[in-house]
Amino acid sequence: MTKVLMQGNKVIAEAAIRAGCRFYAGYPITPQNEIPEYMAERLRQVEGGVFVQSESEVAAIHMVIGASAAGARSMTSSSGPGISIKQEGISSMAACQLPAVIVNMMRGGPGLGNISPSQGDYFQATRGGGHGDYRTIVLGPASAQELADLTMDAFDLADRYRTPVMILADGMMGQMMEPVVFKEPEPRAYPEGLIMKGAGAGKRKIIRGLILDPLALEEHNWMLDRKYRTIARQETRCELFRTEDAELILVAYGTAARIAKGAIKRLRDAGIRAGLFRPISLWPFPTNEVRDLATRIENFLVFEMSTGQMVEDVRLAIQGEARIGFFGRPGGVVPTPVELANVVMRRYDRERGITECC
Amino acid sequence: MKQVFCRPKSMTKNIFHYCAGCGHSIVHRLIAEVIDELGIRGIAIGVPPAGCAVLAYNYLDIDMIEAQHGRGPATATGVKRVLPDRVVFSYQGDGDLAAIGTAESFHAANRGENITVIFINNAVYGMTGGQMAPTSILGQRTTTSPAGRAALLDGHPVRVSEIFSQLPGTAYIERCMVNSPAAILKTRKAIRKAFQCQIDGRGFSLVEILSPCPTNWKMTPIDSCRWIDEVMCKEFPLGVMKDVPAVEQNEGG
Ligand SMILES: Cc1ncc(C[n+]2csc(CCOP(=O)(O)OP(=O)(O)O)c2C)c(N)n1
Ligand code: SF4
Repeated sequence: MTKVLMQGNKVIAEAAIRAGCRFYAGYPITPQNEIPEYMAERLRQVEGGVFVQSESEVAAIHMVIGASAAGARSMTSSSGPGISIKQEGISSMAACQLPAVIVNMMRGGPGLGNISPSQGDYFQATRGGGHGDYRTIVLGPASAQELADLTMDAFDLADRYRTPVMILADGMMGQMMEPVVFKEPEPRAYPEGLIMKGAGAGKRKIIRGLILDPLALEEHNWMLDRKYRTIARQETRCELFRTEDAELILVAYGTAARIAKGAIKRLRDAGIRAGLFRPISLWPFPTNEVRDLATRIENFLVFEMSTGQMVEDVRLAIQGEARIGFFGRPGGVVPTPVELANVVMRRYDRERGITECC
Repeated sequence: MKQVFCRPKSMTKNIFHYCAGCGHSIVHRLIAEVIDELGIRGIAIGVPPAGCAVLAYNYLDIDMIEAQHGRGPATATGVKRVLPDRVVFSYQGDGDLAAIGTAESFHAANRGENITVIFINNAVYGMTGGQMAPTSILGQRTTTSPAGRAALLDGHPVRVSEIFSQLPGTAYIERCMVNSPAAILKTRKAIRKAFQCQIDGRGFSLVEILSPCPTNWKMTPIDSCRWIDEVMCKEFPLGVMKDVPAVEQNEGG
């Protein structure tokens, strides 16, 4: 298998093509424009490939709905403001149980915010984002290699659970170049019977989320809930980095986790045995895995490029079993490993544990 | 004895939920008849809207995928691009097409998307209780224009067919109505031509249908039919707005 040096956004696009994605619709927004550009070119080359530059992100997600229903592996990508207006369609896909991959290369918000890397969309991504009782599988890659692997996995997860899957990365991941090896994709295992392609001579299909009878909609909601519980049981992913001997755990995902690894090296050089807990699946959140750590380690510091969103999941998981601090830089600021290491050293000592707990 | 009238094969046996005198049920039937006639039941895929016709799949016995309010042409685009040999249509009200879904409809038309749009213009938001629509007539009283639609405050009725005809991507556009047997037969022909246009690969087709909503117009069904003749037709003149032959459509590859 050959290793190639590629920019993050292009890695996502190439991984999608290799995973069999044959429909892409999207609207330009920085910092993810290389994804539609790359898809426009590649989908021209592959058989059955369709690329549509849509009139808006709303239109894009609804095109993806149609394409997904018609049986194509489908993807759309955007950032902040564009993801906000896609929520109508994401909710719809959850209701109609349609698979697709949605990429959010996060930028600073709220509002137009800026185009710098940020992690302020964690709540929107992991809480469902749109209206109604539903969840979206959310994967948070932290390297170009993971952009490739998780994008491919995202298509499989979307098919397996018939649900939209989000890749939640940020502008930094999208712009940086790193070597990647594209793995062999799994053959698609999506039941032919679910695809809408005209009734033929047989019985027709209806795809809908409208269920007017409250009891029937309640049952639909519980059915979806059972599916989400299965996902929560089976699909959590995380990385433990130097946690075996750790006295202090940093919790971070995506770009923040890379910074945290740099900080951990410095902290260890300074005699603080720090480790990293990195959720890879952001929903389902690896609750049990972080709780396990909390049974033997007393101090946690959650680091996010936001004012503090994932920290709520960490608190819910740890349930008061350990001390939890938080450090955040929202607005598109990307702190250095040195800054993070300094924050830890200021706020942690072995006697008192982490201070300024939240 | 010769049977001259029966339920179209592409129609279910369900009883319409529409109000008495509503145009939706007539148009549903026409669509089913045309689908039968063209023999395309097996390859037809419909996209019903949010609106009174949200349950269109209860009546049309073909594959159907619901769209969110206004997004029908985007969803239809996704389906059609993946399955170019299927006959794909969206069914939309005036709020759906000319307000919340203006962008999706306009750009599907402008891309010359090879789909058909069945556009029900009843000059109100039927489903939500008769609020003002982009197509409400000046002076028309609705629940959100109690003093009558005023141009200065509410803008003017949107003439979708005329506007879309200006787009080079559109191939076939006709405005009809369903307030008399003769008008209904004409509408049926227009729907047939629109589907045929798609089958021939000529590009975007749209049939705008002036359609009674007696409930929200607060008129009897008969008065509603008269209102279409006397008022709506003046604002929305009937006729073929565009019918581009196949050759011209293909220009420029
Ligand atoms: C995003 C969104 N906004 C509002 C609604 C509520 N809604 C449903 S149908 C409708 C208006 C329908 O009017 P029209 O498109 O003219 O169709 P009609 O019911 O008259 O056939 C509205 C506002 C909705 N379903 N979704
Ligand atoms: S409210 Fe109007 S459009 Fe809706 S079903 Fe009744 S008559 Fe038809």
